[in-house]
Amino acid sequence: MQSVHVERATKTSRVFAVFAALLLAALVAMPWWGDAGDMRLVGEMAYYLALAQLWNLLAGYAGLVSVGQQAYVGLGGYALFYLTGEWNTNVYVALLLAGPFAGLMSIPVSFAVFRLRGAYFAVGTWVVSEVFALFASLIAVLGAGSGLSLTPAILREVSSHRDVRDAILYLLSLAIAVLVFAIVYVLLRSRHGLALTAIRDSEPASASLGVNTFRTKFIVYIVTAACTGLIGGLIFLQKLRISPEAGFSINDWTVVVIFMVVIGGIGTLEGPFIGMLIYFVLRELLADYGTIYLMLMGAIAIAVMLKAPFGLWGWVIQRYDLQLFPVGRRLMLAASEGPFKD
Amino acid sequence: MDWINILIQGGLLGGFYALFAIGLSMSFGIMRLVNIAHGDLIVLSAYVALLATWYTGFDPFLSLIIVLPIMFVLGYALQRGLLNQTLAGGLLPPLLVTFGISIIIQNGLLQAFGAYDHRLQEGQIETASLKFPGGLSVGVYPLVVFAVATFAIACLQLLFYRTRLGRAFRAVSDDADTAELMGIDNRKLYAVALGIAMIFTALAGVLFGIRTIFAPLSGPIRLILAFEAVIIGGLGSLWGTLVGGVALGLAQAIGAALDPTWQILAGHLAFLAILIVRPSGLFPRTRD
Repeated sequence: MQSVHVERATKTSRVFAVFAALLLAALVAMPWWGDAGDMRLVGEMAYYLALAQLWNLLAGYAGLVSVGQQAYVGLGGYALFYLTGEWNTNVYVALLLAGPFAGLMSIPVSFAVFRLRGAYFAVGTWVVSEVFALFASLIAVLGAGSGLSLTPAILREVSSHRDVRDAILYLLSLAIAVLVFAIVYVLLRSRHGLALTAIRDSEPASASLGVNTFRTKFIVYIVTAACTGLIGGLIFLQKLRISPEAGFSINDWTVVVIFMVVIGGIGTLEGPFIGMLIYFVLRELLADYGTIYLMLMGAIAIAVMLKAPFGLWGWVIQRYDLQLFPVGRRLMLAASEGPFKD
Repeated sequence: MDWINILIQGGLLGGFYALFAIGLSMSFGIMRLVNIAHGDLIVLSAYVALLATWYTGFDPFLSLIIVLPIMFVLGYALQRGLLNQTLAGGLLPPLLVTFGISIIIQNGLLQAFGAYDHRLQEGQIETASLKFPGGLSVGVYPLVVFAVATFAIACLQLLFYRTRLGRAFRAVSDDADTAELMGIDNRKLYAVALGIAMIFTALAGVLFGIRTIFAPLSGPIRLILAFEAVIIGGLGSLWGTLVGGVALGLAQAIGAALDPTWQILAGHLAFLAILIVRPSGLFPRTRD
């Protein structure tokens, strides 16, 4: 009888973890060595990374291809502005409440959209987001069509010094990115992650093996909505203004995010990182070209989908069997006859 | 009497929405393709018509003889060149490729025409109306469009159930693999199907472009309206699509009568309500 044990990490992933920790430490120290412009860019990269991880969890693992996640960005943003502006809630408390509020709103939404399947689910979530946007543009206390602004008093609550405020907002973006990544990573390594990976690979097969696919998807949808709402609150705390078009913008909060995930590699944890980096490199290089740049993005998305449907990271995995954030389990034989992959 | 007017107008508005929806319904019914660029293709057709009227001096109705063939060829080429490659890989590829097409069309139009509003001018028929006793007044143009929509659906119904091509369409819709075994060239057939769907899409684009202004970014809302009409009517049912369009038009008209800012929202809410009560629509036919 051979002895076996389960490996949950690889040598590469351990080395990479050290590297990632060093990188994170450097980024946390950025207020002491970077300028405000760089910090704004890295902060934006951080919250986009978080949005991309969440959409990847939703679409890449749970099979819920939503194009309506902007609903929760907008709801989170509006929750922050309403609570601070109307109820004089402390800005940090309001930020913390933005997430649960979006999560709560996603429950009734899921009753409607979960009745649709596949691509119709996608467009259904979009309709829901439009409904929220239209409601926001009708409600007077939310500033109707023109939206709301944060007052200077609320900003002073964050900090009265501009530099400190920039640093705090930057660190909050970083913290949210780390938090979201940790939630997704831990979730995927847990038994729910095993269920999710099974659903990703084949929904009927996982259901026949006893995975409660509906419950798993439902939980993922709500957790994702809550995290997206939290990010939305933070995004609009930085932007200082919210309007129905900006808050519920499908292009800014969903299409761009989908672009990142698909280019990087859907259904992997590494993919959103790579996609996010590629997106920002392209944007910094090409943003001056306006419409041409967006057309190019569309063309890249089409080309990647047709030629490398699992994205850049998918292509890497195929060639090198590399995992930087291992979520799977490998059965190792003591006689080192090589690993069994799950 | 006001309410009767409102209901008639809403019902006739449904004709436009049914026309929006036919192309979407066809491409879903036959190749299970949900075309995110559908709304942008509607808008693109209106711009093609605009160019045709500029360069030939035709009026918008006459420009259809130029626009419809162009859009047929575009649909055929799009399916043949791009979309056929996405059909094997599940849900995401077609969704994302059509998303990419949508972004390219929107920004291409922005680049070419700027962010201005345009309209197609058809002259007197736009404002003409029929007066009935009792203060009833029905616009001639919406009536014509409703008749066109009904006629279009009747033609498609004939195509599907009375012709060889229609039989092939139904065969690949029911079971694409078996149809292929029986000698049907699915890829070519899909291309023809999107070509035909684009004819109706172009018709919708031009007729709506006469009624309302359009701009490079007005595609997405048209996609949503088309999608709502399809879902309300039931997937894959053509007459259901007409009923779905009418239901949507009625909901919008009632909403707008209560408060003008409520028009679109009322339509969305009616859609969500129907979704919750009857998730497969009023007249479901296709299963996905």
